[in-house]
Amino acid sequence: MTDTSPLTEERIPAFVRGTRLQHDRVRDQWVVQAPEKAFLADPIAAEILRRVDGHTTLRAIIDDLATAFTASRDLIARDVQAMVQDLAERQVLIWKA
Amino acid sequence: MEGMTPPPPMSLLAELTHRCPLQCPYCSNPLALEPKARELSTEDWQRVLDEAAVLGVLQVHFSGGEPMARKDLPDLVRQASRAGLYTNLITSGVLLDRDSLGRLADAGLDHVQLSFQDVDPQQAEIIGGMKGAQSRKIAAARLIAEDGMPLTLNFVIHRLNAERVPAMFDLAEELGARRVEIAHTQYYGWGLKNRSALLPTRQQLEDTERAVAAARTRFGNRMAIDFVTPDYYADEPKPCMGGWGQRFLNVTPSGRVLPCHAAETIPGVTFPTVHDASLGDIWEKSELFGLFRGTDWMPEPCRGCDRREIDWGGCRCQALALTGHAEAADPVCQRSTDRKLVDAAITEAATATETFVYRRYGD
Ligand code: SF4
Ligand code: SF4
Repeated sequence: MTDTSPLTEERIPAFVRGTRLQHDRVRDQWVVQAPEKAFLADPIAAEILRRVDGHTTLRAIIDDLATAFTASRDLIARDVQAMVQDLAERQVLIWKA
Repeated sequence: MEGMTPPPPMSLLAELTHRCPLQCPYCSNPLALEPKARELSTEDWQRVLDEAAVLGVLQVHFSGGEPMARKDLPDLVRQASRAGLYTNLITSGVLLDRDSLGRLADAGLDHVQLSFQDVDPQQAEIIGGMKGAQSRKIAAARLIAEDGMPLTLNFVIHRLNAERVPAMFDLAEELGARRVEIAHTQYYGWGLKNRSALLPTRQQLEDTERAVAAARTRFGNRMAIDFVTPDYYADEPKPCMGGWGQRFLNVTPSGRVLPCHAAETIPGVTFPTVHDASLGDIWEKSELFGLFRGTDWMPEPCRGCDRREIDWGGCRCQALALTGHAEAADPVCQRSTDRKLVDAAITEAATATETFVYRRYGD
């Protein structure tokens, strides 16, 4: 059922209502707040999710990360693709476009 | 553990009031319900919510009784939201209408957990003791779905509704819920009082397990399913609250601060209140929170057990209620010499009639 082929980079992810990324000041970490649970976003996930605002395309998110971390764009694209697909399946993210 | 600062709590259960139009015989409130006159003021709660956020709490669950019985609920939601807390409303839904939902949504409410007593309206109303409750709940669920706020349906399971678990999933799907909780009754407070009438048979428990497994296959990621079993049929207890004073705090309507909602039964200890100290001081320094934190307090068989940091010896309140000793191993545990008490309760329930003591204010 699940489609694991890469998404086109024109797509725009957004947090579904009732979920959000939040900086946990007390523990100095990033968490995803969701119905009845808060789960830890590791540093890579946090960097990706901080750029998810419901307006920015995957392409722009990947470009921005590649510049910020001077890393291979292909590698980053793969990480971003895998993560957003997983979170979309788990109803944390939805597609604005 | 001694002298160490405990890690900050993750969640706060804010029991705003014990008032409720329903009378469920398994209600998790204490037998001695607190009257309206003793409830905390709006300002008290606002301060408590700010203190919770500073302490490290991430999610606040507004509960009761029926939290919508408090007129200031939208103000409290707004305060919590501003403080960065994730806000969850745990409600029976019978007081919810378009206006009240609109005010809560404007205040920043993140999520609603709506409880149903059953899918069969007649049975539901026998449990809840309120005429017309079921249609109001359905209407509430539709308003929430229409608004787009995420919705969890909660069903408390017992002998009289266990067979309808499959239909509960159908209702959740029809109403557009993203999460369902199928939570077997926990036998504390009112649930313990009504245990003989509520405890399901092992066969019923297994049927509910199968229904949950089937629903997990059917819905996949479309619906999150939380399943809570009755620990009476387990060999080992559940890690109550993720360990005493480790993740969770509960503030009662009058402002007592507890490590779990049944902790008021623990004898010989003073209960800290939000009037005497900040939440942070209570969490870190109060006698009550230190009482069963970690493993140092444990006697045998827990002390030498390899599961002591997995289940933390189980539930202190269940140990107290059934054995008379709060520091005993949870009698659900097969290694406890008191396990026979749990087995006796199962035997007794098998022949008992279904008459309830409804949840009411005492005189
Ligand atoms: S369990 Fe029933 S009686 Fe208790 S607070 Fe919830 S709706 Fe009210
Ligand atoms: S002996 Fe104590 S720690 Fe070990 S499983 Fe039983 S309750 Fe848990």
